[in-house]
Amino acid sequence: MKDAFASLADWFFAEPIRIYLLASVIKSAVVLFVLLTAVAYTVWLERKVVGHMQNRWGPTRVGPFGLLQPAADGIKFLFKEDLTPPHVYKPLFLAAPLIAVIFALTSIAVIPFGNSFTIRGYIIPLQITDVNTGLLLILGVTSIGVYGVALAGWSSNNKYSLLGGLRASAQMVSYEISLGLSLVGVLIKSGSFSLRDIVNSQTGHFWGFIPHWNIFTGQFIGFFCYLMAAYAETNRIPFDLPEAETELVAGYHTEYSAMKFAMFFMAEYANMITVACLATLMFFGGWNGPLFGPQILHVVLPIFWFAAKIVAFLFLYIWVRGTLPRFRYDQLMAFGWKFLLPLALVNLIATAIAVAW
Amino acid sequence: MLNVHLILFLAFGAVCVAGAVNLLAQTHPINSALSLIAVMAALAGEYLLLGAEFVAAVQVIVYAGAIMVLFVFVIMLLNAGVEEHTQGSRVAILFGIPGVLLGSILVAWVVLQHSGTESVPAGALKGDPVTIGQLLFHQFLLPFEITSVLILIAIMGAVVLASKPPTSPATAPARKVD
Repeated sequence: MKDAFASLADWFFAEPIRIYLLASVIKSAVVLFVLLTAVAYTVWLERKVVGHMQNRWGPTRVGPFGLLQPAADGIKFLFKEDLTPPHVYKPLFLAAPLIAVIFALTSIAVIPFGNSFTIRGYIIPLQITDVNTGLLLILGVTSIGVYGVALAGWSSNNKYSLLGGLRASAQMVSYEISLGLSLVGVLIKSGSFSLRDIVNSQTGHFWGFIPHWNIFTGQFIGFFCYLMAAYAETNRIPFDLPEAETELVAGYHTEYSAMKFAMFFMAEYANMITVACLATLMFFGGWNGPLFGPQILHVVLPIFWFAAKIVAFLFLYIWVRGTLPRFRYDQLMAFGWKFLLPLALVNLIATAIAVAW
Repeated sequence: MLNVHLILFLAFGAVCVAGAVNLLAQTHPINSALSLIAVMAALAGEYLLLGAEFVAAVQVIVYAGAIMVLFVFVIMLLNAGVEEHTQGSRVAILFGIPGVLLGSILVAWVVLQHSGTESVPAGALKGDPVTIGQLLFHQFLLPFEITSVLILIAIMGAVVLASKPPTSPATAPARKVD
């Protein structure tokens, strides 16, 4: 029996394409599972943290510390009545949440979350796929994600939804420019679009203890621009104009119920996680961190550091939500075009001069 | 490997043509705009098959992600309704269709004249960002800069056309008092 198993393994490992396929399928499944779980628990984290900031407890009833609340929410969303109002434009009304959630989940495919490890001589990187224009792919996919929100607002045939959709598309197009420009400084320094190369360019320390992360090597303004633009791109407070509940009922998802509403929710939190991943990779050295212990820890620790940095970013998101009020719409546009864009350009030019020096 | 490329090429091409036909056939502007996005995305797929990853990514970011969002935005803002199909004009039948045929034949003839009998294998041309950057900022620097100035002029023109003439409070029409 054991011989049969060994010979089967030998046969399997003979062809590199089989290893590649198996590794890709396993990685995709694991990453998707982890991402969806993370999305669910980000919602829990947000409710808990904002609750404590407002002197409340947040969810406590389902499971210890309310830890099973995401499962209860999921079951509730699945079993609620799925209403489709009679006045909507049906094809796009159904397609919009799908577009939003699919493109929000797609961008995780190029995000590297650790070093590579070796099985029988094959190097398997901890990333679903390493394309050499990984960063551009993420920017492209997130820019397509706008359609989910815009079409949801339009197809609902409701003035509040339409206003939400219009605000969302105007806001996302405006801030996408600052978002892209804020990352160019890092690109000039690393000389590559591949996220793995960008992380590898940030290894090492100054004087043995300050890590060589881009945030410490002159990209602070770039990081500030990225952070602001990322809040606006994910429609989070203080830029949550598209779903401002005091003005627009619920904005673009007013007419959605049950699982379709949950899809918009999932898309928003998945986008938050993608943005946090990108910030970690571009400015905070990705999975770089102190390594020690046996060989197995050298594979596990980078993943841990990467996850820890992302959780820190998500906490920052929630902290800001618990602290700041919402911008007015003209303030939002003025901030994006008259302050953030010039600042990102200045950062770009300064970095270019510094690198050319 | 070549067969996979061929199948993918035909699939993307089919999506592209189907999207373009659908763009003309749809009566609602937003459906037409969405068909155009499908065409753009399929074109990005074709670029990817050629090994031009950078151009493919830029195609998605610029056309599908920015320009078409503005199209959709304007359609939403104006709340354009369903349009009627015309029965076809005589000019289109007399001049348009023969003109398009003639143009296509001309383009095909020119392209076939200059291409050899051998086809270039997919991915043989370098399309990585470094090569494109070197070409744009060394060999084609002047055309590149001239194009950017041209676009800037177009933007300024649009701003001038769109902005209302300034009205001073004295000449502004007085508000009607009920």
